Amino acid sequence: MRRISIVVLLVLAVPALAAGSTKDVKLALVAYSTPKDAYTKIIPAFEKTAAGRGVGFSQSYGASGEQARAVVQGLPADVIELSLAPDVTTLVQSHLVSPSWDKNAYHGIVTRSVVVFVVRSGNTKHVRTWNDLLRPGVQVVTPNPFTSGGARWNVMAAYGGALRAGKTPKQAIAYLTELFKKHVVAQPSSAREALQTFLSGKGDVLLSYENEAILAKNKGQSINWVAPKATILIENPIAVTSTTKHAPQAKAFVKFLYTAQAQSLFAETGYRPVLKSVQKKFHFTSPKQLFTIGYVGGWTKVQKKFFDPNSSVMATIERSLGG
Amino acid sequence: MAARAEALPLPRSWPSGGAALAVAFSTAYLSLIVLLPIAALVWATHAHASWQAVSSPQAVAALKLTVLVSLGVAVFQAIAGTAVAWTLVRDSFPGQSVVNALIDLPFALPTIVTSLTLLALYGPRSPVGVDAAFTRWAILLALLFVTLPFVVRTVQPVLVELDREMEDAAASLGASTFAIFRRVVLPNIVPAILSGVALAFARAVGEFGSVVLVSGNVPFRTEVASVYILGRIESGDPAGAAAVSVVLLGIALVVLLGIGAIRRRATRHDG
Amino acid sequence: MGRYLLRCGALGYLAVLLLAPVGLVFYRAFEHGFWPAWHAIASPDAMHALKLTLVAAAIAVPANMVFGILCALAIVRYRVPGFRLVNALVDLPLALSPVVVGLSLLLLYGRNGWLGGHNVLFATPAIVLATIFVSLPFVVREVVPVLREIGTEQEQAASTLGASGFEIFRRITLPSIRWAVAYGVVLTTARALGEYGAVRVVSGNIVGQTETTTLFVANRYQDFETQAAYAASIVLALIAVVTLLLMNRLRPKEETR
Repeated sequence: MRRISIVVLLVLAVPALAAGSTKDVKLALVAYSTPKDAYTKIIPAFEKTAAGRGVGFSQSYGASGEQARAVVQGLPADVIELSLAPDVTTLVQSHLVSPSWDKNAYHGIVTRSVVVFVVRSGNTKHVRTWNDLLRPGVQVVTPNPFTSGGARWNVMAAYGGALRAGKTPKQAIAYLTELFKKHVVAQPSSAREALQTFLSGKGDVLLSYENEAILAKNKGQSINWVAPKATILIENPIAVTSTTKHAPQAKAFVKFLYTAQAQSLFAETGYRPVLKSVQKKFHFTSPKQLFTIGYVGGWTKVQKKFFDPNSSVMATIERSLGG
Repeated sequence: MAARAEALPLPRSWPSGGAALAVAFSTAYLSLIVLLPIAALVWATHAHASWQAVSSPQAVAALKLTVLVSLGVAVFQAIAGTAVAWTLVRDSFPGQSVVNALIDLPFALPTIVTSLTLLALYGPRSPVGVDAAFTRWAILLALLFVTLPFVVRTVQPVLVELDREMEDAAASLGASTFAIFRRVVLPNIVPAILSGVALAFARAVGEFGSVVLVSGNVPFRTEVASVYILGRIESGDPAGAAAVSVVLLGIALVVLLGIGAIRRRATRHDG
Repeated sequence: MGRYLLRCGALGYLAVLLLAPVGLVFYRAFEHGFWPAWHAIASPDAMHALKLTLVAAAIAVPANMVFGILCALAIVRYRVPGFRLVNALVDLPLALSPVVVGLSLLLLYGRNGWLGGHNVLFATPAIVLATIFVSLPFVVREVVPVLREIGTEQEQAASTLGASGFEIFRRITLPSIRWAVAYGVVLTTARALGEYGAVRVVSGNIVGQTETTTLFVANRYQDFETQAAYAASIVLALIAVVTLLLMNRLRPKEETR
């Protein structure tokens, strides 16, 4: 009998546990895996402003594609920040985000970064250019492009880097093939996992977001990073969902993210700010041949040509790795 | 009184009301918790006609790797597990009870903790100088760890109950230890070994937590089926994930039916 | 000689496979002393994760215990046609990949699922459901063989003496399967507390809300908070050790019966 009453008690305790926030409004922020550190600073700053008073947050971080999918499946979200625009398109198609989400001064982009080579302290293998990655004995770690948004940025950086070096599209694909076939030693499922794999000692070079490299360095890891001369400008989109019940607060929060204060906090945690006035205060290197996703064809084209799971450049390359 | 006892039907000591309750409750519970989600999985595969997702080269490679490594692990455990069980039952040494208790550790330890420890121990900064992380060896190690208890725990009780007189008789006739084991002991414990191996195989095929951090998931090389499925879910393709899941479901059912058959044969032999 | 070789081989195998990794977790957790580890576990997020894990287990274990006893009785005592299928299906969670379990729940309770739109996914109910699923078979599996072995003589005798069904269950059946139930409950608890894969798929990773302790370990490890990851691992490992001791105490009673 006693056992049964314990069960009853516990069943009653669950809803009590689920509730229990003192804030008036609770915004659900759903983001990709890396900006957690930035938001742990930005959210308290927002809560101190007039617009943020009484607003609490729940935060969820994970692989960009998975987070988009989870929101489609019903994960509550008021504000979403994802790694790449196509993941927002997924939400637009499910009528969870307005099709005009990118019609603002910043095209819906809240932070930027570039693809860099993360190397061990001292860069003993002297890796500086995309061609250096193909030198004998150089081991490369990059996340799996079929699960990770960051990995797609990496692949497109490598492809565009080859084009910039004067290669034809065919030769650029040959470059990707050789890179993945002979030099990539692990493909963890997310950018963060890849960083952990690299930090645990695997590989000589990690292809990653610049902000991840800065984060690792700030956490006391003995690494360094090199921005290749030709690399891609990463642009991370943000949007308020159309299903939000707290639109004024959600919009106020996104607006706050574009203030000098929030953009500085982003910059401190390694992101390149989108605000010109803040950019000047931080000294991010400017790669000479920086290009955007538009240079390699834009996301719509790229997704199909490079990342279709059945018949695409990367599917063919991954297949040839077998054995 | 005696007349009433004779009138009693077959072993049905409870009134049928209790029986109906037990049957109805367990069927409903099982349906709600297990069968309904599984049905949704199979239906999703069917509805999205994603059967061909199973034949995508990456899925085939993942399934092949998973089944082959699991087979290897299961066969290895058949030998190692039997040896461990034998040592625990027929040998005696100080600390035996502690070792006996430790056998269940892989079951009790959460798989993610297993993954973390294996990475620390056999990773690139291994204190023992073994760098196996992100290779097929790492998968093998992780699966050996989590499947350890199965063969040991199915063989152990059979060995305990096995009549030692036959072995003693064989020994007095001058048979070597190995011959005794092969001729006398082994035939008796084969069903137990087989069902342990089958359980270990099933566990290995579905294993996720202990493998996810150490495998490095290079497609076509070190990506196992459950990690592939998670990858499909993460990249927003639950239908493709469901198709491969149905294959794993099929393997699980076949293994369970196999174990059932082994058990029935074993009990028939007994009596 | 052969015996010593075998003993050394078996023990060496166990040492390499079991002791070394687990020893290393403890070393890593307390590498920087006791207090950093303690603070990591006492943080609100860690405490919430532990609470959520315990709540899920506290619902899954009693539910599966009641189910386990009734289902075992139904399998052994009543020969209902077709119930053999149930007997086979009960073991399914043992053989099925946890990721597949998570995906099934995702498809069933997702927006377009048959039972979609009830705020089950990415919240405590989904975590509880996943936990119940993966830890379902253990009590049944432990109780069935014992029920078979004890036979029905005593129950029949009691029935002849006019005892009611419930009374027979309480006075005769339950005491004889008590240890099997207890052992099954320990196994269920171990599985429930340690589940990762299924929960990983349905949780939605909301920090301090739908993060169980196993997810906490995985997430903190990725966020460079290795101290917190190892410290939470220690908590889980300690629970595992307690479970181990309980398993060991309960099992011999079954074997020497």
